[in-house]
Amino acid sequence: MSRQYLIRRLLIAIPSLLGISLVLYSVLALAPGDPFGELATNPAIPPEVAAALRAKFGLDDPVWSRYLHWLTAMFQGDWGFSFVSRMNVDTLILQRLPTTLIVIGAAQLLAIVVALPIGVLAATRPYSVFDQIANTLAFIGFSLPTFFTGLLLILLFSIKLDWLPFVFRDDITATGLQWLWEETKQSIMPVMVLGLFQGASLVRFVRSAVLDVVRLDYVTTARSKGIGERKVVVRHVVRTALIPVVTLVALQMPIVFGGAIVTEQIFRIPGIGSLLISSILANDTPVVMGVTFVFACLVVLFNLIADFLYAWLDPRIAFR
Amino acid sequence: MGSLMNERELRRLLAEVKAGGLSRRAFVRRMAAVGLAAPLATQLLAYSGVAMAQGASEYKPTKRGGGGMLKLLWWQGPTLLNPHFAVGTKDQDGSRLFYEPLAGWDPEGNLRPVLAAEVPTRENGGLAADGKSVTWKLKKDVTWHDGKPFTADDVVFNWEYAKDPATAAVTIGTYKEVKVEKIDDHTVKVSFEKPTPFWASAFVGAQGMIIPKHLFEAYSGAKSREAPTNLKPVGTGPYKFKDFKPGDTVSGEINTNYHMPNRPYFDAIEMKGGGDAVSAARAVLQTGEYDFAWNLQVEDEVLTRLEKSGKGKVVIAESGNIEHIQLNSCDPWKDVDGERASLKTKHPILSDPAVRKALTLLVDKGSVEKFIYGRTGPATPNFLNNPKRFRSTNIKDEFNVEKAADLLEKAGWKKGADGVREKDGKKLKLVYQTSINQPRQKTQAIVKQACQKAGIDIEVKAVTASVFFSSDVANPDTYPHFYCDLQMYTTTMGQPDAGLFMNQFCSWEAATKANKWQGRNVTRWQSPEYDKVYREAEGELDPVKRAALFIKMNDLAVGNQVVIPVVMRPVVAAHGNKLRAVVSGWDNNTWDLQNWFKEG
Repeated sequence: MSRQYLIRRLLIAIPSLLGISLVLYSVLALAPGDPFGELATNPAIPPEVAAALRAKFGLDDPVWSRYLHWLTAMFQGDWGFSFVSRMNVDTLILQRLPTTLIVIGAAQLLAIVVALPIGVLAATRPYSVFDQIANTLAFIGFSLPTFFTGLLLILLFSIKLDWLPFVFRDDITATGLQWLWEETKQSIMPVMVLGLFQGASLVRFVRSAVLDVVRLDYVTTARSKGIGERKVVVRHVVRTALIPVVTLVALQMPIVFGGAIVTEQIFRIPGIGSLLISSILANDTPVVMGVTFVFACLVVLFNLIADFLYAWLDPRIAFR
Repeated sequence: MGSLMNERELRRLLAEVKAGGLSRRAFVRRMAAVGLAAPLATQLLAYSGVAMAQGASEYKPTKRGGGGMLKLLWWQGPTLLNPHFAVGTKDQDGSRLFYEPLAGWDPEGNLRPVLAAEVPTRENGGLAADGKSVTWKLKKDVTWHDGKPFTADDVVFNWEYAKDPATAAVTIGTYKEVKVEKIDDHTVKVSFEKPTPFWASAFVGAQGMIIPKHLFEAYSGAKSREAPTNLKPVGTGPYKFKDFKPGDTVSGEINTNYHMPNRPYFDAIEMKGGGDAVSAARAVLQTGEYDFAWNLQVEDEVLTRLEKSGKGKVVIAESGNIEHIQLNSCDPWKDVDGERASLKTKHPILSDPAVRKALTLLVDKGSVEKFIYGRTGPATPNFLNNPKRFRSTNIKDEFNVEKAADLLEKAGWKKGADGVREKDGKKLKLVYQTSINQPRQKTQAIVKQACQKAGIDIEVKAVTASVFFSSDVANPDTYPHFYCDLQMYTTTMGQPDAGLFMNQFCSWEAATKANKWQGRNVTRWQSPEYDKVYREAEGELDPVKRAALFIKMNDLAVGNQVVIPVVMRPVVAAHGNKLRAVVSGWDNNTWDLQNWFKEG
């Protein structure tokens, strides 16, 4: 039953990924500039050089044939190679994917750890002082874009206080505890920026989900049975309330990835987000296609995970 | 140097120094008296075969290593490490950590030997009298990082590798027209088709880094992309390759077999990429997290403010890059055979010399320098500014609105009811385009304001940089199309020589539909006189005469108002207070890396 469902979901993902790739490729083809633009303005390099490179990399072919070529290669597992670094796209991405996943994972973890207790606490004491403060902070948190909070933190912790580095280094040579310490120091700011942004909206979700459940009859029943308040909240309220929250966390992943692109650029984190930005600026089509494809896959994957978690948490929901 | 007028006198003095009748110092002093700057005077001496007084080496460390890690911040990180594939300066700079050329260019535009035993001159027999060949003596006992010896075979291989179109090397332009042969294991000869005054292009500077034959031989031609060493360089440089993540980090460790004594000073090196220029400046000048940052395209005001933290300094190295305004010679508003600004047309307004002259009087360069660029853009009257031996002293800058208005009035351009001048029913209206870039829009505003006062109506236009600087044949808004009356951008000068740089005013270089707008003469100015001087310079081997010819070319182009030079754009970098690093505008930022060190 559930395997059939999984296969169907995966099959549905194929046309949407195809659509995404088609739209992306056309937009990139329509955008001005080419990867060898920098050569054109250099007087030491004759114009034939750039022309020959364009021809060699097939940039002079019509857009549709380039797209079909890319697509067939992709189906065979060949991601192509970058025009600017002449390196295979999959190697480039694999080199950077772990960093992105670690940063995003840590941020998401931070978001959940912060948002869950605050949201639940705020909902169980609605309109109390704690609730008001939590609400206000949450509003501020998700209204401020990550590039702004990122710069703000750099200004405060790196420049004014000089506590934390603002350039993320991937090649720290220290070992053992020293390594951990340095790694933590440089990760604090990016993870905070992403995690608190994510956590802020999560607080709102958790709060409203818990508020909905707290008023239900079965909770009143549980309370009237004389179970302690703590048990009521943890066992009865939160378990039910979490179901929509889990879905929301997964559905929000695209926003986290978007935020990660900006954050990686600000803190110079060598993840796939900063790779995407530099490739777009360099008109490096194969890399842009590769990275966006990975992002698209991750989003589809997280949607799938959300669905399965939902069913696991609430057996009433059946796969159809 | 002025004109050729006192050339004879100059030669007499030079001969005197050579014969020992006049001291170097006296010569330089005498030159200064006639308005020649000291560097130029020493240049003249060098070119006339009088050895230059080598400045005492600044390098202080007395042993190799011990300097810890050197941290470089490039806000666009290198994306590949094969110098023959380097798309931009970032890639060349990254490759230069590991690879070296035969010689590099110092800040004054002089050659400094690296892998060469000496710089070829007429005296040491390196330069042929007919200017058709140059013989390089290579340093002995240089080894690649893997222990194999560096020989003439490697040098010859680089030529074969780069000139093969199948390799798709970016350096092909430097190597395809020369011939390279091995004389013995440590001597190579580079021959040219015709007498070549500027012979130091192949194997020199940014385009001249040498890769090892034994590791690239199997990957020449169509297989060039597959070479594993493209990403794991094995060079001769002061640092050995350690790790590379394209666009992010390049790291290296000390080469204990480096061919220069007591060098390098640092035990390891890291070049980090990504981010933006302002925060890169911050990381060096304000927090001191990094030792050196490159290409700081940041407003001078911001740099000065960051410098006040006292952790680092901004270094500015002269280059030939020039921000200038171009005046269209052809009519950009008329379509002839499917092409605007065709060579068959003349510009309806700008063909009037009075209008051109008035425009040069209306560009307030002083204010542009003072309020926009500061140290990063000194105002200049010349198009050709550097190396200094090519700089004209004949042109004076003037900003004078009244004089401009007067000129126009006399030429018959009368003010209409709306304050805009007109003549024969033609309104004095011009469209002035440039790329989107804050300093450029500010400059446009300054020019527009002055023009308005003089009765010229300027419509400013700003094009996205990625469009403006693209080579897209179909897009009419690129700078080579120049479908506009005036336009402004920076032309770069890659070599400390004016040969290639000044061909952008030659008639045959005009950018037209026929050559897909790849010609370098964007203003499409046609001048038989200029062409003649340029041809003359091409074959002129006497450096003094040659410099004089280029000065004449500058004077012709600027004197006929083909372009209005605005400000020079030197190379701007920043380094920590303790770091000693010489930056050159004629070579990579990392050209002198082996000599970098930190002072106590």
